[in-house]
Amino acid sequence: MSESAPTHGVDISAMEREPRNRHLQDENICLEVKDLDLYYGDKQALKRVNMQIPRQRVSAFIGPSGCGKSTLLRCFNRMNDLVDGVRIDGRIELEGEDMYDRNVNVAELRRRVGMVFQKPNPFPKSIYENVAYGLRIMGKKGRRELDEVVEKALRGAALWDEVKDRLHDSALGLSGGQQQRLVIARAIAIEPEVLLLDEPASALDPISTLKIEELIYELKDHYTIVIVTHNMQQAARVSDYTAFMYMGELVEFGDTDTLFTNPKKRQTEDYITGRYG
Amino acid sequence: MFNDLKQWFGSGKPWVWLNAGAVSTSIVMVAALLALIAVRGLGHFWAKPILEADYIEPDGSVSRIIGEINDSEVVPVERVQDASLELPKGTETVTRLLIKTGNRDTVGLDFRWILQPRIQEKRYPEELMAVERYEWGNFYGYIKEVRKDGEVIASGDNAWPALQPLIDRAAELRDKIKEIEHDKIGSINYQIEQLRLDKRRLELDNVAEGSPEYQEIAEERAALQQQYQGYQAQLKELYQRIGRDSFTGVVMGGQEVNIPLSKVVRAYRPNAMGMFDKIVFYFAKLWEFVSDDPREANTEGGIFPAIFGTVMMVILMSIFVTPFGVIAAVYLREYAKQGPLTRLIRIAVNNLAGVPSIVYGVFGLGFFVYFLGGNIDQLFFPEALPAPTFGTGGLFWASLTLAILTLPVVIVATEEGLSRIPRSIREGSLALGATKAETLWRTVLPMSSPAMMTGLILAVARAAGEVAPLMLVGVVKLAPSLPLDTNAPFLHLDRKFMHLGFHIYDVGFQSPNVEAARPLVYATALLLVLVIVMLNLAAIAIRNHLREKYRALEH
Repeated sequence: MSESAPTHGVDISAMEREPRNRHLQDENICLEVKDLDLYYGDKQALKRVNMQIPRQRVSAFIGPSGCGKSTLLRCFNRMNDLVDGVRIDGRIELEGEDMYDRNVNVAELRRRVGMVFQKPNPFPKSIYENVAYGLRIMGKKGRRELDEVVEKALRGAALWDEVKDRLHDSALGLSGGQQQRLVIARAIAIEPEVLLLDEPASALDPISTLKIEELIYELKDHYTIVIVTHNMQQAARVSDYTAFMYMGELVEFGDTDTLFTNPKKRQTEDYITGRYG
Repeated sequence: MFNDLKQWFGSGKPWVWLNAGAVSTSIVMVAALLALIAVRGLGHFWAKPILEADYIEPDGSVSRIIGEINDSEVVPVERVQDASLELPKGTETVTRLLIKTGNRDTVGLDFRWILQPRIQEKRYPEELMAVERYEWGNFYGYIKEVRKDGEVIASGDNAWPALQPLIDRAAELRDKIKEIEHDKIGSINYQIEQLRLDKRRLELDNVAEGSPEYQEIAEERAALQQQYQGYQAQLKELYQRIGRDSFTGVVMGGQEVNIPLSKVVRAYRPNAMGMFDKIVFYFAKLWEFVSDDPREANTEGGIFPAIFGTVMMVILMSIFVTPFGVIAAVYLREYAKQGPLTRLIRIAVNNLAGVPSIVYGVFGLGFFVYFLGGNIDQLFFPEALPAPTFGTGGLFWASLTLAILTLPVVIVATEEGLSRIPRSIREGSLALGATKAETLWRTVLPMSSPAMMTGLILAVARAAGEVAPLMLVGVVKLAPSLPLDTNAPFLHLDRKFMHLGFHIYDVGFQSPNVEAARPLVYATALLLVLVIVMLNLAAIAIRNHLREKYRALEH
């Protein structure tokens, strides 16, 4: 797939797709959330969330600011553990195993569930070292192996052609969009099962945004992708399934076409028609 | 009017002026201080003209004074208290001059104050000669004869040209003597001492007498002794050769002095020197100052051992303080649970920075030197006892004491740096499956290295200028040998060392010859400032390099 990734201009046709006709009950489930409650101190940020995220599909979380969509996303790789005073009840199962179990190795889990953040956050190292970071953490040292994986990851993130001549230059010299694709390359270099994207395009210009969206579309053949966005058009364009969240609750979760054209809940309809949020 | 003033205050201009004033005052004060030190210190090495003057002594007799004008001041007449001095009516002040007359061997004192009105005639004859000597300070006067083995070989006008090659010859011989005495014999002495300690160690280990080990030591010792004898014979010969020449000079009182050339550093005629000669002379003197050992109770010669000791100690201090401070800061900032206890520790650390440095010196003496050093001696160097090895002040303990002194600075700066690493970078690393320790080691610590360097810069600045604690833990006014030399193990952490700051104190206040030493105090102070600036510049260069490298996501 990487060879076919366009690198110049934007191929919008890839995103104007035929109706998807997907149904949640037919899918393989990758992540399952069961009765999840999350508190920041006294404040409850997530309330009784239950959902099933299908494998190798793109699921989008939408909702107004502060509705808990990012918080939910950060539960999937236990990033919330780093926040002081956070308390989590309920279960999240990755391939049927509770990821909040005592015996789970968090670093190992995060290797299986990669994450890309809102603002591009490359390390102040070379492009090459950024992509190789996860591999070095895993103890891989072989020059040839690293070279191979770095190239594959950069091609996978549709960045290879732009940076292949300056792999050893600082990653901070790249543009914002390139940095974000580098961060995606960094995440897929360690071949996670799930890729979490936390508003990956919100800090980028429209062209970079389209490139990222295109990339998401390419990546879903290999990864289960969960994306948080507050851009409804983006959710409609890239996702197979969409969850609408409001005030810490999961209001509605279903295939994107149905949710946007025929929402079941009144709140969802109000939000997507722009009556609030 | 009032409104205008109010508006003026409201515009913020008064504060701008106030700030500008404060900044310029500070800069002017620092610059003035440096300028004062530089002028007083650096002027010392310039070849001053030698004055010859007829001087009316208070008893009416006329005497000849020869010397350099070192200083002059204007004093009120009443302070002079000189009844025989007749001054025009209405004179309120008199100028008096401080003349360095040298010739301590004949006159007794190097310096003399004379009153300007008593001087009858001033001359600057080209034949006047100044001779720097290894003993008795400078000689000022005329050269009369040059002697070889007591026989006159040149006199009168021929004496001066004949003198210079002989001085060069003596200097060459002196270098050879120094090489043998200091390097070769010093090394043999060191080895013999080591053998003595080896033998003592065997005795303490109850190795039976007559075992082969003793035999070996005795053999090595004999070999060294033989070498020593050889060098001793060479030395004797060299001493004979260097003692061959001498010259006879006439000093201001008319006495003749015979000075062996082995005691002469250099001879010059400042009144006959042109500008170029003086500049060459100046740099030769300056080079001597920074590269030579001190002589004459530190009032003459160079201060190289002090520069070396200072730099060495600061480098060792940096090596000790950086890991300590960084580890402490990482624990406090990254691992410790933030709460009242960590806050208390932080307050304590900050307060440590305000403890008077002499307290650290006392701590170093009590804990490091007596307790740790004493125990180390008991455990590892019993053969040297009762002479202490580490149980006395030395480079190691001095560096450690200063490391403790500067620890708070490094901790605070490192913590500051750690707290500035964006959360997104840490999360990015953790999201790739790195543990906290891996994230710290691979990303956070390198990125905060500029902050650590900032801490180190502050630490270096503080440590290099610190004197009080050092006086208790290892600084001496004259160290017989450098802490780094060619005898294994090369770096001698147990040795005492010299330090520029202490040198200033010692030369300025403990010197038997205060007037002679004063310019050296300025020069040493200037050099200390330069050394600190240089150490700092090195650290700043490293920091800027790191900053460039880890220029984080500053947007």
